[in-house]
Amino acid sequence: MRLKQLALLAGFAFVAAQAGPAVGPAQAGTPDDTLIMAKNIDDIIVLDPAEVFEFTGGEVIANIYDRVMMFEAEDLTTLVGGAAESYTISDDGKTITLKLRPNQVFHSGNKMTAADMAFSLRRVIKLNKTPAFIFTQFGWDADNVDSLVTAPDDETVVLKLNSDLSPALALNALSAGVGAVIDMKLVMSHEVDGDLGYEWLKTHSAGSGPYSLKTYRANEIVILEANPNYRHGEPAMKRIILRHVPEAAAQRLLIEKGDVDMARDLTPDLIKGLEGNMDVVIANDPKAALVYMAANQAHPILGNAKVNEAIRYIVDYEGMVNSFLAGQFKIHQAFWPSGLWASYDETPFSLDLDKARALLAEAGYPGGGFKIRIDTLTKSPYPEIAQSVQQSLSKIGVESQITLAEGKTLWPMYRARKHELIVAQWSPDYVDPHSNADAFAHNPDNRLEASLTGKVAWRTSFFNPEINAMTEAGAAEIDPVKREQIYLKLQKRMQEIGPFTIMFQKSEQTALRSNVKGYVSGANFDLVFYRTITK
Amino acid sequence: MVGGNSTKVSGAGESPSRHPLATRFASFTKAVAKPANVLFTILITFVGLTAITFIIGRVMPADPVLAIVGDRASKDVYEAMYLKLGLDKPLLQQYWIYLTNVVQGDFGKSIMTTRPVLDDLITYFPATLELASVATLVGILVGVPMGVAAAVRQGRLTDHIVRIIGLFGYSVPIFWLGLVALLIFYAKLGWLPGPGRIEVYYDGIVAPTTGFILIDSAMQGEWEIFRNAVSHLILPSAMLATFALAYIARMTRSFMLDQLNQEYIITARVKGLSETAVIWRHAFRNVLIQLITIIGLTYASLLEGSVLTETIFAWPGIGQYITKSLFNADMNAVIGGTVVVGIGFVGINMLSDVLYRLVDPRARR
Repeated sequence: MRLKQLALLAGFAFVAAQAGPAVGPAQAGTPDDTLIMAKNIDDIIVLDPAEVFEFTGGEVIANIYDRVMMFEAEDLTTLVGGAAESYTISDDGKTITLKLRPNQVFHSGNKMTAADMAFSLRRVIKLNKTPAFIFTQFGWDADNVDSLVTAPDDETVVLKLNSDLSPALALNALSAGVGAVIDMKLVMSHEVDGDLGYEWLKTHSAGSGPYSLKTYRANEIVILEANPNYRHGEPAMKRIILRHVPEAAAQRLLIEKGDVDMARDLTPDLIKGLEGNMDVVIANDPKAALVYMAANQAHPILGNAKVNEAIRYIVDYEGMVNSFLAGQFKIHQAFWPSGLWASYDETPFSLDLDKARALLAEAGYPGGGFKIRIDTLTKSPYPEIAQSVQQSLSKIGVESQITLAEGKTLWPMYRARKHELIVAQWSPDYVDPHSNADAFAHNPDNRLEASLTGKVAWRTSFFNPEINAMTEAGAAEIDPVKREQIYLKLQKRMQEIGPFTIMFQKSEQTALRSNVKGYVSGANFDLVFYRTITK
Repeated sequence: MVGGNSTKVSGAGESPSRHPLATRFASFTKAVAKPANVLFTILITFVGLTAITFIIGRVMPADPVLAIVGDRASKDVYEAMYLKLGLDKPLLQQYWIYLTNVVQGDFGKSIMTTRPVLDDLITYFPATLELASVATLVGILVGVPMGVAAAVRQGRLTDHIVRIIGLFGYSVPIFWLGLVALLIFYAKLGWLPGPGRIEVYYDGIVAPTTGFILIDSAMQGEWEIFRNAVSHLILPSAMLATFALAYIARMTRSFMLDQLNQEYIITARVKGLSETAVIWRHAFRNVLIQLITIIGLTYASLLEGSVLTETIFAWPGIGQYITKSLFNADMNAVIGGTVVVGIGFVGINMLSDVLYRLVDPRARR
């Protein structure tokens, strides 16, 4: 008994002593040459540029690989050459000749040649993963890509477009993650069973960008190391560490204590709580993600164009943006986000219940009198948006029931066309208006068998030949001025007759320690630059 | 001596007319039956667990293909993955394929991590085991004495305090407790480190031989990392320990009260034994069997991994692994995790059996 108690005390004392000086080195925060970021990284599946299509993975590979064409941190709105130095376009617009930027070296030490660039582009087609559609739309497939994408010499790559798409579109597409130039020799040295290095590249890197991948453990950590030979100069931060911290409140505590330099996922209420803290700065960067509602056109009532118009007038845009969406969303009502070339920034819709009632009556439902289902995600702020819509709908006599689901349960339903009114989010795959036009407006084949599940227009059974023609014209137009006009017209027309109620554009709020400078976060999800950060 | 019956029983109770071979056979089957019994239990548990989880996975509305290829995938990409996952085959055939792979040690690949599920389990389970073990230990070391003290001083201040602590530990939501604890001990006071298993700068220094950072760092002589790991362990295990402690204290108290009200206790006191001997040598020893069951259950339930604690403290354990996999309809990972937890339960059950025998002579027969 005596002994037991003594042993217990000794045990506690031992443990307490170990815990003693609670933190490890650098009591005063993080090391000067390392940037530590608290972020939820569980959306990463792989780190192979031919397969990555989600946010965190996209951001990470954007800092590991140089792409053929790029939007640079110094000027986010102008497309410039990345791994390619310059390009020429043939008169018929069907051939693009790229000149490789000289003296580029991969992290492995291998010199970059045109063969690497051609290999990287062909590999995307051959592996045929989710983002391959960005290139297959040029008419490239596994059989013809070896002859359509060629490297006649060490400095030149020739791309032959086998479709009606404008070369301007192709160049923009080359700035997407699939345009990353991969170290062919390194990747092929790890090839297994003809997989083009696929298994290996899931968790390794083979790039020439500002950082290389040192460590990746799923749901735990990503560590990047600076590339001293990067063409824009060695980055100031020698190491970038992405720490998986799934709880936003925990992220806030970490940044308040200075144990991380950046917190990426803080919610509006947590950010409010940081007001007045002199050590933390909140950066507000507009993003290209849109929150919208889609009304299933196959539904007997929702398929009515007047009903769709009515829905656009029952959303309390201002009310939401001034209350629970404050700081992280702004009103935007066209399918191409504001801040990007060819965006249509007119916002003709506002909360107008009388107009909505009149439209419903015109549609044949005076006083409403029907019931619909609103489907959306369980994650905030979607339930709150759905509730606001539900309230407004009830005021014009439309009853609605909200069902919430996780993304992995909601998307299958959406893709199977089983939704009624769905509230969802959409981010462009690459920085060209065709990326969203293709999704929202273009639906060449509305049959169920066509299964064009990648297009929200198909999912919501929206089929309009006039709109289809406009979208195709925009994609094919070579003259940039004319092209812009087409997209502005298209967005306006979609606002008038489309099934979508586009509501908000997202804005990302990042909490940074006050000594962290130079963080650049552009509109698209992967236009995030670590190399410009200094402390 | 107790009961004083006049009926006499001679010898070992076996009739001398029984054939010696029959006796031999009887004891042989008994000896074999025990481990065979155990093996059979394990097998049934395993098959039952996997079958049920498998069926649940296939009828859930979440789509595992979408989890891999993403929402934007075109039809051909989707179908290629659908076939690759073998989802086009009938359910029974899928299950059979799965079972045959498992007996060869292949638990399939995880969608989230794209690694073999076995590798994932080996990485994540030790983290949970560390937490669960420390929490249970604290639960025992603190909860048992608390329960005994409350029973002995029933109705008095000690009892009330223990019961309130028990109620608190049982009813307070653990995520709230965790965040408040982080706020106080990490953010405000700075006594303990924040979320995570160790500081990020130590990443990669200690080779993960066993997966237990405490053991690995000690084995490799990295004492700074050992201390850091211990300090990171304190808050999350304290969270789980409050829960374990509350339950164990309450049950100990109730068992002890049962014992202390019995006649033999009065006899012992009348005989002049010291209070300590009465409580610990007599009452407590009779409580041990039930206590072992309770502790075993608590340990096993902690081994499932507490996804809430793991989320708040960014602890890469099996709770968050199974939960995330469930949301991704990643059934290979879910079944793998379920099997591991199932093995844990069975193991703890067997261990409890052994302990019973040690503690209670009557169970040795």
